[in-house]
Amino acid sequence: MIGLLVSGITFAAQNALDPAGPLAGRINSLTRVMIYLLSAIFIIVMIVLAIAAFRRQRHTTPEPEPHNAVIPPQHDREQRLSHTVTAGVLLSVAILFVLLVSSFLIGHKVFTSPDRSNALIIEVNGRQWWWDVRYDHPVPSQIVTTANEIHIPVGRPIVLRLGSNDVIHSFWVPNLHGKMDMIPGRTQEFALQADRPGVFRGQCAEYCGHQHAHMALLVIAEPEDQFNAWYQAQLQPAPAPSTASQINGQKVFLSKPCVMCHRIQGTDAGGRLGPDLTHVASRQTIAAGTLNNSREHLSQWIQNSQDVKPGNRMPPIPVNGNDLNSLLDYVQSLK
Amino acid sequence: MEARKEQSQVEKQAAVAVPVEREERLHEALEKTWGDQPGLWGYLRSVNHKTVGKRFIITAFAFFILAGILAALMRIQLSRPENKFLGPDLYNQIFTMHGTTMMFLFAVPMMEAMAVYLVPLMVGTRSIAFPRLNAFGYWIYLFGGIMVFVAFLLNSGPDAGWFSYVPLAGPAYSPGKRVDFWAQLITFTEVSALVVATEIITTIFKLRAPGMTLNRIPLYVWAVLVMAFMVFFAMPTIALASTALILDRLVSTHFFNPAEGGDPILWQHLFWFFGHPEVYIIFIPATGFISAIIPTFVRRPIFGYTALVLSLISTGFIGFGLWVHHMFATGLPRLGQGFFTAATMMVVIPSAIQIFCWIATIWAGRPIFKTPLIFVLGFFFIFVLGGMTGVMQASSPVNLQVHDTYFVVAHFHYVLIGGSVFPLFGALHYWFPKFTGRMLDERLGKITFWLMFIGFNLAFFPMHILGFKGMPRRVYTYQNLPGWATLNLLASIGAFTLAFGVLVFLINFFRSRKRGAVAGNNPWNAGTLEWATTSPPPSYNFLHIPTVAGRDTLWTQPPDQPVVVGLKTDVRQVLVTKMLDGEPDHIEEFPKPTLWPLIAAITTTGLFIGSIFTPWAVVWGSIPVAISLIGWFWPKEKQSEERAPREVKERLARRQQTEGGTA
Amino acid sequence: MAAQRTIDVSQLPTYAFGHHALTWWATWSMLLMEGTMLLILVASYFFLRTGVAHWPPGTTPPPNLFWGTLNTIIIVVSFFPNHLAKKASENLNLQGVKLWTIVTFAFGLTFAVIRIFEFKNLNCHWMQNAYGSIVWFNMGFHTTHVLTDMVDTAVLIVLMFTGPIEGKRFVDFSENCIYWNFVIVIWLVIYATIYIAPRVL
Repeated sequence: MIGLLVSGITFAAQNALDPAGPLAGRINSLTRVMIYLLSAIFIIVMIVLAIAAFRRQRHTTPEPEPHNAVIPPQHDREQRLSHTVTAGVLLSVAILFVLLVSSFLIGHKVFTSPDRSNALIIEVNGRQWWWDVRYDHPVPSQIVTTANEIHIPVGRPIVLRLGSNDVIHSFWVPNLHGKMDMIPGRTQEFALQADRPGVFRGQCAEYCGHQHAHMALLVIAEPEDQFNAWYQAQLQPAPAPSTASQINGQKVFLSKPCVMCHRIQGTDAGGRLGPDLTHVASRQTIAAGTLNNSREHLSQWIQNSQDVKPGNRMPPIPVNGNDLNSLLDYVQSLK
Repeated sequence: MEARKEQSQVEKQAAVAVPVEREERLHEALEKTWGDQPGLWGYLRSVNHKTVGKRFIITAFAFFILAGILAALMRIQLSRPENKFLGPDLYNQIFTMHGTTMMFLFAVPMMEAMAVYLVPLMVGTRSIAFPRLNAFGYWIYLFGGIMVFVAFLLNSGPDAGWFSYVPLAGPAYSPGKRVDFWAQLITFTEVSALVVATEIITTIFKLRAPGMTLNRIPLYVWAVLVMAFMVFFAMPTIALASTALILDRLVSTHFFNPAEGGDPILWQHLFWFFGHPEVYIIFIPATGFISAIIPTFVRRPIFGYTALVLSLISTGFIGFGLWVHHMFATGLPRLGQGFFTAATMMVVIPSAIQIFCWIATIWAGRPIFKTPLIFVLGFFFIFVLGGMTGVMQASSPVNLQVHDTYFVVAHFHYVLIGGSVFPLFGALHYWFPKFTGRMLDERLGKITFWLMFIGFNLAFFPMHILGFKGMPRRVYTYQNLPGWATLNLLASIGAFTLAFGVLVFLINFFRSRKRGAVAGNNPWNAGTLEWATTSPPPSYNFLHIPTVAGRDTLWTQPPDQPVVVGLKTDVRQVLVTKMLDGEPDHIEEFPKPTLWPLIAAITTTGLFIGSIFTPWAVVWGSIPVAISLIGWFWPKEKQSEERAPREVKERLARRQQTEGGTA
Repeated sequence: MAAQRTIDVSQLPTYAFGHHALTWWATWSMLLMEGTMLLILVASYFFLRTGVAHWPPGTTPPPNLFWGTLNTIIIVVSFFPNHLAKKASENLNLQGVKLWTIVTFAFGLTFAVIRIFEFKNLNCHWMQNAYGSIVWFNMGFHTTHVLTDMVDTAVLIVLMFTGPIEGKRFVDFSENCIYWNFVIVIWLVIYATIYIAPRVL
């Protein structure tokens, strides 16, 4: 059942060979050069091998039984062979050297620490099994906290400060850049930049336990003004419940174990163990990219998230029909 | 002094023709001395390197099948998106067990097992050095393997990956005993690997047939020599690391705990300092198989013997300078990345030399396409392709994209299955007649090859593309991203084709073992010493220890090549030769069958398994271990008393005489 | 079968010392792997050291010098009786072997007893932090080697008195001495690491 539901999701791009930013672009060029060059070498070696193996077939008629004679090596022939082998080795060394140098040159660009003057700094912390995202700002009231979804302005350099609160995770959005491990006890800076708008999917790339498979995130690259609008919206506290059902829903939320782990800014819910839900309804997915953010998925997730993502840290929340509807109304109002 | 004098006597006698004892009587006497005793009692006490080697090979193959079944389960689970066939808990145990079993219970032990059987035959001696240690190495390996599979069946299989990265594998995120079983399995296999490496090195350096100088050693023997040395430097590292992990888990040390000054990256350094050489430990003996198979089936000596030996040795060295390329994504300093990128590309050079020398040998030879050679040709295709993707990953920028994706899964299966399993299957087809005295069926052999070859490429080639399309490794399922479902389904179909090929091999094996054509001593007309004796070889290997006049001895030796006589037949005497030139040095008496290796393995197993549950097991468990080891080494009164007067008193008396003489 | 050219080896000796002997290769194999372990252990110590500003971390003082230094002197001196024991075994001199092996053993015993005081003066506990863990790991590594060598030596001493003394036994005696030399060498490395390094780095 769930399989069917899930398969209805349309997925954002996730492809290392379809770069959407300068860093992924450089790696992509190097990768493609290598693919072409190395394929050519592979084919040549195979052709030489095939000739070596099959060229003498006609001499072996009929097949000697048992394979009688041993061919004694002849001096001048061995000499010729050894010249050819030496040439082959030298050629390989030369090609490797070229690849090494180009790898250094690209590496120099890819690993250079980003220019921070104009950069947007975002802290991302890996958690089992979701992403805790925090937009840094010198003014505390301008800090935005969200989860599993990172909005970035197109064309502006981003510096990610990556860390982890539990085990090692790895941040990877292939269309934008390679990956960087998130190691507990360390903070690592990682550059990112998108050159065109789009939704780019990423997935945790370091095995991190049970639900490593369902730890995805979206990077949404949008024009600067759209990004700013989004940012302003995220800065607001959660909208107050307006309908009776939403008011009841908030009550349910605050009286259930939800508050132990989740935060909704502007309410008493201040848990930090799970994703910040202040603007959860504005996000495209829930459960770190596991499900589309729809009413039925939310309902399913709240009642028994263990069916959807076995082993995740959220316990089943027992709510009856009426309260569930109110709760869903409330959560869906958190735009 | 005395030794030298005795030596010159030997040389004088070499020229004189001495009548050879009647061969049958000699055979009976040797068989009585060297043969295994019958029945279960004899089975448990056997120290014969061929008996132990065969057990080793069969056990390792059994673990290969088990790990293969686990792989098949994973491929069923991954055949379509969001499949519910296996849950995350079971899948994570399965992929951990698959990797752990393939690396620690199949690949390394299999390479050692083949060496245990073949090396004494190829260097022309009666036994492997330290035969009791050899039996111990087998038992401890078997018990370790059984332990981890029992744990797995009891739902306590390790689930933190074969690499067990901390903190995931640490006490906070892997409670329970699962990871402890993994860590102790490492201890078991590492003890086994280290003792076998010791035997191999000693056998190669000290037990070679007279005349087999270092530059006449078969290339396969060189390869396992390099492997054994690599074991010495790689295995202690993982032993230390896994001990530290257990200590963190069991007695609350903080080696890997960042909150108390520990460092999870330390684990990665230690693990890969072992883990990267580990793949060469698996690959290098396989190159030995190839260097043994090619000359036989192209009917000429190998081209570039010296270059091949030097390549092996340099691979062994460079193999220890690459480990950080597994850690490019941890954010290392740029200089480090540059260094390890360069080192990784450098290791391609000795491999290229080997490939070119082999191709040159084939070029100048006259190939006969029997199954072993066909497997070697398959090796070229798969391994060279895997080498190419290896070059790509060596480049640190490219590595940032493909690291920990299915691209890597594709790459290392290309180099490990291509580089090791294909040559191994070639080797099994090649030496099967020597092991059993019967030939494997050629037609089934070729069917095996084609199923495995096509299945393999179908299974693993699509994974390259999956990696670029963003599929990470070690996921128990995946969502329906563009292209993923089709490619995964193809991979699953390929995996089952590959498995079917292995099944055909098993059928061939069981059929031919009883009904195959009788092989004779040297069915392929090969040039190395193992083919000089009967198939299967007698318990004592050679009626007379042979002497050697060149490489590929059987192809080059004159008809009147001398043999060694004068070894006693009523005790297990073995001729020890000099390390460099292989001249006779002295004679050692080897132990008879004994139960002590098994007892020692049982007590050691008790200690290892006990220590999973309480640290006190190390203290109390060491007492039975010590007792069993003392029992093992305690001299056997009767034999010792026989030797004592001759060895000590006479030698002292002689020395006094010479001293008196000079005075 | 007609007569064949042969090499008669029946007069060769039945045991040999040094690198001629098979056991020598086993001993050195062991030393090679244990030596690798030691290097990795010491490397881990310094790797962990790079992670913190002060070493030992916080206000922990380094291990007290007195007992460790005393033990270092004792184990260095034990090299001499050990060496004499090795020479005696190569000369098949049973009396000499007995004497010097027992003297070496006595040194070892003293060392092991003083080791208890060393442990009491490490000024850290393995549960305290990574520094404590790695210090105890180093000490534990060496102590294990001391204890196994003591057991080995004890067994060989018993054999010296009960016999039978064949040639191979002397090879064992001499190999045992090589092992004790190794125990001395690794102690010097570990002493420099855990006693000296925190004071000078």
